[in-house]
Amino acid sequence: MPHRTLKDTEEAIFDIELKLLLEAVYLKYQHDFRHYSVSSLRRRLTQALHDLGFTTLSQLQERILRDATLFARLFQYLTVQVSEMFRDPPYFRAIREQVVPILQTYPSIKVWVAGCSSGEELWSLAILFAEENIADRTVLYATDINADALRQAESGIYPLDRLASFSQNYLAAGGKRSLSDYYHAAYGAAKFSQTLKSRVVFADHSLATDSVFLEAHLVSCRNVLIYFDRALQDRALGLFSDSLVRRGFLGLGSKESLRFSKHAGSFADFDARERLYQKV
Amino acid sequence: MTPSTDSLDAIEAIVIGASAGGIEALNHILPALPANFRPAVLVVVHVRSESPSLLPALFSARCQLPVVEPDDKNEIAGGTIYLAPPGYHMLVEPDCTISLSVDPPVRFSRPSVDVLFESAALCFADTLLGVVLSGANDDGARGLVAISRAGGRCWVQDPHTAVANAMPLVHDILTLDVMAARLARMAVGTRREPG
Repeated sequence: MPHRTLKDTEEAIFDIELKLLLEAVYLKYQHDFRHYSVSSLRRRLTQALHDLGFTTLSQLQERILRDATLFARLFQYLTVQVSEMFRDPPYFRAIREQVVPILQTYPSIKVWVAGCSSGEELWSLAILFAEENIADRTVLYATDINADALRQAESGIYPLDRLASFSQNYLAAGGKRSLSDYYHAAYGAAKFSQTLKSRVVFADHSLATDSVFLEAHLVSCRNVLIYFDRALQDRALGLFSDSLVRRGFLGLGSKESLRFSKHAGSFADFDARERLYQKV
Repeated sequence: MTPSTDSLDAIEAIVIGASAGGIEALNHILPALPANFRPAVLVVVHVRSESPSLLPALFSARCQLPVVEPDDKNEIAGGTIYLAPPGYHMLVEPDCTISLSVDPPVRFSRPSVDVLFESAALCFADTLLGVVLSGANDDGARGLVAISRAGGRCWVQDPHTAVANAMPLVHDILTLDVMAARLARMAVGTRREPG
C-alpha cells in the first residue's frame, strides 16, 4: 500500500527531529536506536518530552548532547521493558517438555537470554532448569544494553504484588513445586534464591552494535525484536544464527516470526505455535 | 461536517475500536463486508489478555474477508481484517506494516484503541476512516482527534456517549445498520480514478 506523508504538520516535524535525535544519541553515546520501530519510539519520546519538561525533540537533543545525566534518564524511556515470569506459560511448558530432553544430551549447555531487561524470563529459565536437574551443567548468559535493568535482573528482587500472577504462570507452565519455594518475601518484595543465579553471567551486549560472543544451545529472545525494524531484526537474527550450534534452539515472542527475515532459511520450525525454532 | 458517502472512495484503511461489550457490534459490521471489499481493516477489541484469543476463529467463520491476528511486521493488505493480539498494542509503521508492542497499557488497555488510531493516522492520513463502537471508557477519543487532524474520517456508533461527548470532531454518529450499509459500498471498483 502507498504511504503518505504529512509534510506540513507538527507530526512530520516530530519525525524529522526524531531521526536527528537518534543520530545525535548514536554519535555522542554510541547507543544505536536508529533502526527501532518508529511508531513505538514516537510514543515513548512523546512521553519523555512530557515528563522531562521539553516542548520539542530539538530542545531535548540540545540538552542531552551536553548532559549525560539527562541522557541517562532518556535512555530509560528508550529501553525499559517490563515482562513477567513465565510469560506465555505454554512457551515455557514447551521448553520443559520438548527442548530440555534434547538439551539433556549435551554434556554442557549454554543458554543466551538476549535483551533480558529486568530478568523475569531469565529467572524463569533458571528455575525451570533447576527443576529439570540440568542447572549444574548449564551456563545462562543474560544480556541487555540497559545497565540499570541488568542490575535489577541480577538482584532477583520483584515487587510482591507481581508474584500472584508470576505464580499462576509458573503453575500453568508445568512448575513442579510452588514458586514461593524459590523466594523470600520481605518489605513488600520477593527476593529469589541467589543459588539460582550462581551459573548466570550478566553482561552488557547490544544486538544493534555488538557481535557474537558464545556458542549457544538455546537462545531465548522474546518481545525484543518487535521494537526493531526489519533491518535490525535481521541483524539480531543473524547473531542468533551464528551463535547457535547446529540443531540449537531459538525461542521468540508469541507474535514474533522468522517469516519476514532473510535468515528464515537458517531455521526450521520446532514448535511453530510456541515460536520455537531449530537451527538447521 | 457531513461529508457525502462519496468521500469514502479515497479510504484505504479502516481502524475500528471496541470494548469487550462491542464484540456484538463487530459481529454486526465485519460479516457485512463483501468479499471484494477494498480497504484494509484493523481492529482493536478490549479483551483480557490471559484469555486465549478466540476472536480470530469466531470472525473467520462469519466473515467473507480473511481474518488475521497479525505477527509483528505483517504487511497490511487491502481486503483483510487484522485483529490486535491480546496483550499487545498494535501499531502502524510509516511503511504501512504492522508493529506490535508490549509497552504498558494505555488508559488501562492493551491493546489500546488510541495507540492504533494515532499511529494509523500518521501513516494513512486522509485515506483513513476511524470507527469507535460502543465502549465502556474513553479509549478511542484521542485517536479520533489524531485521525481528524490528519484529514481522515471519523464515525462513532450511536448511541455512544463516552466518546461522542468527548469528541466534537466526529463526522458521523451512525447506527450499526447505517455503518454496515455504508461500508458494504466500499468494494472494488468504487474508487474514483485519480485526476
